[in-house]
Amino acid sequence: MAEAVSANQKWWSGGRSPFNVEYGKLMMWYFLMSDAFTFGAFLISYGSIRFATNAWPNPNDVFSSFPGMGHTHLPLVFVSLMTFILIMSSVTMVLAVGAGHSKDRAGVIKWMLWTILGGIAFLACQAWEWTHLYHQGAWWGRNPFPNYDGTQSTTNFTNFFFTITGFHGFHVFSGVIINIIMLIMAINGTFERRGHYLMIEKAGLYWHFVDLVWVFVFTCFYLF
Amino acid sequence: MQETHGHTSHGHTEAAHAEEHGFDTKAIWRTFWILLVITCIELIVGMFIAPRFPHTTKVWFNILYIIFTGAKAFYIIAEFMHLKHEIKNMIMTIAVPALLFIWFIGAFLWDGDSFKNLRHKMDPYKAESHKAQPAPPSHGEEHLK
Repeated sequence: MAEAVSANQKWWSGGRSPFNVEYGKLMMWYFLMSDAFTFGAFLISYGSIRFATNAWPNPNDVFSSFPGMGHTHLPLVFVSLMTFILIMSSVTMVLAVGAGHSKDRAGVIKWMLWTILGGIAFLACQAWEWTHLYHQGAWWGRNPFPNYDGTQSTTNFTNFFFTITGFHGFHVFSGVIINIIMLIMAINGTFERRGHYLMIEKAGLYWHFVDLVWVFVFTCFYLF
Repeated sequence: MQETHGHTSHGHTEAAHAEEHGFDTKAIWRTFWILLVITCIELIVGMFIAPRFPHTTKVWFNILYIIFTGAKAFYIIAEFMHLKHEIKNMIMTIAVPALLFIWFIGAFLWDGDSFKNLRHKMDPYKAESHKAQPAPPSHGEEHLK
């Protein structure tokens, strides 16, 4: 796996992985591909319905609140903060993977802790946002927001919003659980005994994927 | 305190990685700044610039957002998920199936648009009721049937 790659290596002649990565990591990639298609199906069905609908609520009017700011009109600010938190936790995750490469256990523990903290912060933000929307009367099957042109909107707007951000939030939640397990294993010295920190890399791939999906959710729901 | 500790362990990892895997902490921070700057541009465009233009120009802003999103996705996959630094076989096994999304997105958005146009044609009331203020409450449920 860590061997140097020569330019004219015959990858398909057998005897070794033609992808030059560890089996578990390759399978994580394929799992993420299937998950990408699940999210893709969700987001594309949302797009399909939007294209079939005459008008849609303006996200700048719907998502314009910030905790503790009352009724100040601050479109996109809170969700940008959420995006920043997730990107930041992706960075700390890469740094954990990097520390794992050099078998630096203290580094892995430190960066995993920051990553977990970022994940929890994101979930807390999402919980606040959902609660706020719920109190405004939005939920599955209920949509208090009119279309941008003042006409009555359909419940498709809230149904898609809560289903897709909920599915993403569930992924973040699973990611936090996985990261906590990785942290416990690192603290217990499991990876040290094993001689490598490849598990951290696999958890890292999953965590970056969660960040990647958020990039698309952010665009599709808050910008379009 | 955290800072100093962070710096020492950085130096350590950087040195160890240069030999082992070419793990580049600098590239990660560069990627972070790129992602942050793109997000800030999106925020500024979405918050201050786009609302000043009529709704009919929204499609151009959407194209801009798609470009930004694509750029962010590229940097996350290439640098954070390290795919850019894998061998070509590995990159292709991920990138080629992902091309299906092009057909997938194109076909389904086209389908949605065609559905809307057909409904306007077959049911002129539908197009009219959209302009009435406000539309009858049954409007929402109708869609789900």
